[in-house]
Amino acid sequence: MGCAKRIIPCLDVTNGRVVKGVNFLELRDAGDPVEIAQRYNEQGADELTFLDITASSDDRDLILHIIERVAEKVFIPLTVGGGVRKVEDVRRLLNAGADKVSINTTAVLNPQVVEDAASRYGSQCIVVAIDAKKVDNKPFEWEVFTHGGRNPTGLDAVEWARKMVSLGAGELLVTSMDRDGTKIGFNNPLNRAISDAVAVPLIASGGVGNLQHLVDGVTLGGADAVLAASIFHYGEYTVQQAKDYMRQHGLEVR
Amino acid sequence: MNRLQVAVVDYGMGNLRSVANALKAVAPEVSIEITSDPELIAAAERVVFPGQGAMPDCIRELDMRGLRQAVVEATREKPFFGICIGLQMLFEHSEEGDVPGLGIYPGEVKRFPADKMVDIQGAKLKVPHMGWSQVHQADAHAMWQDIPDQARFYYVHSYYVDPAEAALTAATTAYPFDYTCAIARDNVFAVQFHPEKSAESGLQLLRNFVNWKP
Repeated sequence: MGCAKRIIPCLDVTNGRVVKGVNFLELRDAGDPVEIAQRYNEQGADELTFLDITASSDDRDLILHIIERVAEKVFIPLTVGGGVRKVEDVRRLLNAGADKVSINTTAVLNPQVVEDAASRYGSQCIVVAIDAKKVDNKPFEWEVFTHGGRNPTGLDAVEWARKMVSLGAGELLVTSMDRDGTKIGFNNPLNRAISDAVAVPLIASGGVGNLQHLVDGVTLGGADAVLAASIFHYGEYTVQQAKDYMRQHGLEVR
Repeated sequence: MNRLQVAVVDYGMGNLRSVANALKAVAPEVSIEITSDPELIAAAERVVFPGQGAMPDCIRELDMRGLRQAVVEATREKPFFGICIGLQMLFEHSEEGDVPGLGIYPGEVKRFPADKMVDIQGAKLKVPHMGWSQVHQADAHAMWQDIPDQARFYYVHSYYVDPAEAALTAATTAYPFDYTCAIARDNVFAVQFHPEKSAESGLQLLRNFVNWKP
């Protein structure tokens, strides 16, 4: 008895539209965020994640309006990330209707923001997103990258995960940048190493190409939730099909 | 001025919009307001008492805004629905920050004990308890109407209530041990999970509250 393993469709949003990239590049239009959110909700999604990948800060407020509109129609947890720099950004997203805010680059540049936001709004709404890549010739196996995967940080992803939880992160969203957009499956050794190192839930992200990958993310990677984008956006699978498959493979789903 | 039908108590802790949005979605004809005005709360037909964050902060903010009395009186006289910390605050004391609660009901708010957080296969269970778990209804209750027993609701919490009176329990959930996830007494119903984030089952519970005649 425990929690159902969560399936979380991820919507990358820019200029008010959902897009999907390959290896953080080559963006393709995937549709209107509110319509897509409603469709996933009807299919039984357990939660939705919105990543604001808008480059210019002028357009940042667009995501607030999108979240407001989604929150009026969709009654499952909403996580929003991308461009969160200050505690004030966290407050604005929560007020717009986000249930959790995901912090990525800022967590590295200014870890105090994680601590302050968790202490002000509670760990339950602070997700730290970790973009990690396999590295050679370092004293660790996976390195944390920032700025959408462009900048190496010299940080060991597993140690970094521990530190973020100690500062108050209530959940970790771990993306394997080697896998993102590749459709060859999650990086399960990375996820397992982090999941075993911390007590908070882990969301696996990056690389889902088929439904067995979702099962492997839980059984091999130790993930509490699995996040995927392209397999759902382009209609290859519905969320319901994903749940049926996971249930048939012995996992507890809603 | 018409009397407010549902007052959602706002004491400055986090976002109450989700609760109000969900209530509006199930009861578009009902007047619903997020308010920190004790008079509006006192005059409202029904009161929703949500909560998120840490209980010591919630109690402090509630007192700073002079809302304690309005909330306590609401628990005595009108349909009252507590959510998450809004359930926890009804009890005498919390281990979180070692603070007293409102003391409406005897019992303690406890942290999930680290040594018990393993499932039957011996796998580690995470804290906070975050996600969709089954709700086992203890007895028939108007608030459970049209909600199947063992329906899943969405949870996010690290502390749970342990009522001193077993009869208060309206439902339990297992994580990994059975604990009280809903209480009912007279005009009060309160839950640990988040109905406003629990898709159709959650909306049904809110619909039941709006129609509830205790």
